[in-house]
Amino acid sequence: MTAKQARQHIVKLLNKTARLDGRGFTEYRKPISIEYNISKSAEGSARVQIGETIVLAGVKMEIGQPYPDTPNQGGLMVGAELLPLSNPDFESGPPGIQAIELGRVVDRAIREAKAIDVEKLCITEGELCWVVSIDICTLNDAGNLFDAAALAALAALKNAKLPERDGKKIDYKKLTDEKLPIQRLPISVTVCKIADKFLVDPTNEEEEVIDARLTVAFMENGEICAMQKGGDMALTLADIEQMISIAAEKSNELRVVLDAD
Amino acid sequence: MGEIIVKEKDVVVPGEVIAKGMDFLPGMGTTRQGDNILAARIGLVNIDGRAIRLIPLSGQYLPRTGDTIIANVVDVNFSGWRVETNSAYSAMLNVKDATSDFVAKGADLTQYFDVGDYLVGKIVNVTTQMLIDISLRGPGLRKLGEGRILKVASSKVPRIIGKKGSMVSMIKQATDTKIIVGQNGVIWISGEDPKGELIAVNTIKKIEEEAHIPGLTDRIKSHLEQITGRQLQLQETPEGMSHNEG
Repeated sequence: MTAKQARQHIVKLLNKTARLDGRGFTEYRKPISIEYNISKSAEGSARVQIGETIVLAGVKMEIGQPYPDTPNQGGLMVGAELLPLSNPDFESGPPGIQAIELGRVVDRAIREAKAIDVEKLCITEGELCWVVSIDICTLNDAGNLFDAAALAALAALKNAKLPERDGKKIDYKKLTDEKLPIQRLPISVTVCKIADKFLVDPTNEEEEVIDARLTVAFMENGEICAMQKGGDMALTLADIEQMISIAAEKSNELRVVLDAD
Repeated sequence: MGEIIVKEKDVVVPGEVIAKGMDFLPGMGTTRQGDNILAARIGLVNIDGRAIRLIPLSGQYLPRTGDTIIANVVDVNFSGWRVETNSAYSAMLNVKDATSDFVAKGADLTQYFDVGDYLVGKIVNVTTQMLIDISLRGPGLRKLGEGRILKVASSKVPRIIGKKGSMVSMIKQATDTKIIVGQNGVIWISGEDPKGELIAVNTIKKIEEEAHIPGLTDRIKSHLEQITGRQLQLQETPEGMSHNEG
C-alpha cells in the first residue's frame, strides 16, 4: 500500500531539489561505519551502519565436497535474514521474496567479481574444499539495506580467518592467521528513481514510493561486475547510463570506508 | 474509611497501590483489586474528588470519545471506510459522517476516500468492545492533501500542542508550514519551503525529547528564533476554535 499524499509530497520536494531529511540527491546518510570482529563464533564478522540502518554479516567456513562440474573450486553461499526486530513489516519464518533478493544481489556481486579466488579454496581436487557461507542479518532497517548488506558482507570476508583443520575435522575454537584468498572488493551502490529524479541511499519513506531502483556493483578498476533492477517502472537507456555514473561516483566514497581499517 | 497512599502528581508504576478502601473510584489508567486501587500504567496521579485517574507518561494511544485524530484509510466497504488509528484498534468512518453529498446505493466510494488517504476526524463513539466510530462533521475535519506524516508518542501530544495551541502555532509561524496534530500522535506537516518543513519536523522531535524538562516553551521559542532569525510571539487559539484550524 502506498500513501498517495506521501508520494505527491516527496515528488513536490524533489522538484524543489530537496529530500525529506534535507540531504542532497546523491548524499549518503552519516555516519557510514564498519566495526569488525563483532561475533565470537564466526570466522569473520562485521557490523555496518549507514545512518540508522544497521546490518550484521558473519562468515562461517565449512569443509565440503566440490561440485562435480567445478572439481577444483570451493563453494560460496550467501543468505540474508530480515529480522522482525529491524522493521515492523518483517515477519519471522522462511525467507520471503525481499530476503531472497537481498541475499542474491549480495551473492552476485561477490561471485561475478571473483572476489574470492575459489580455486584456492579447493583442498583436494574433486574431494575436499572449503565452503564459505556468508550470513546477513538486518538489525535496523531505516532504508537502503542493499548497500549496507553488500558492504557488511565484504567487510566480514576481509575480516575472516581460516580455522584450524585436520583432514575433514575443523577446530572452530582455534583460528589460524591465514585469511581468505580475496582478489577484489566489489562495492554495490543502489540508485533509485522517483518521478524523473535519481537518488542514492533512500530512507524507508522514499523506498515506499520509488518507481525503480538499480543496484550496480563496481570493482576497483571501475568495471561493473553485477547489476540488479527493481521496482515497478521501466528504465530507459539514458536513465540507466545516468544511474550508473551516479553509482560509480558514490562507490568510491564507500570504498574509502571499506579500505580504512 | 479509605486513605490515599500517594500524593497528587506523584509518579506511579503499574501495580502500585494508589488508594485503600471503597471510598475512592478507579478512573482511567487504574484498576480495583479487592479494596485497593492499583495503577495500571506509568503515569502521574490525578485526584478529582473521589475519582482517581492517571495521566499516562508512556504507552500506546488508546482511542477516546471526543479526540481529534489523524487516520489512514485501509479499506473501503459498502457503507464507509475502515481507518487505522495508530492504536491497537481500527475505526469505522460511515458515509453519512463523511460527506453531505447524496451517495447513491452501490456508488464507488473511492471517489471520496481511497486506500492510503489520510484524514483528520473526530472520534464520536467508542464501545466497551472498542468498536470505534469517527466522523468528519465539524470544523477543520477533512481529507488531508499532500504532506508528510510524522509519528510521536501520544503522551507527548499535549506538549506539542502547547497551552491553547500556543506551541504548534509558534512552529507554524516560524516555519510557514501547515501542521495538524492528531491526539493519536500522528502529525501532518506540509510547507511550501522544504527548509521550513524540515525545521518544523526537527522542532517537533526536539519537543518530544525534551517534553519533561521545565521551561520548554521558552527554550523552543529561542531555538526557533535562532534558526529562522524571526521574532516570534506566543499566540493562544481563541476559545471555541481548534488549533488545527487555519
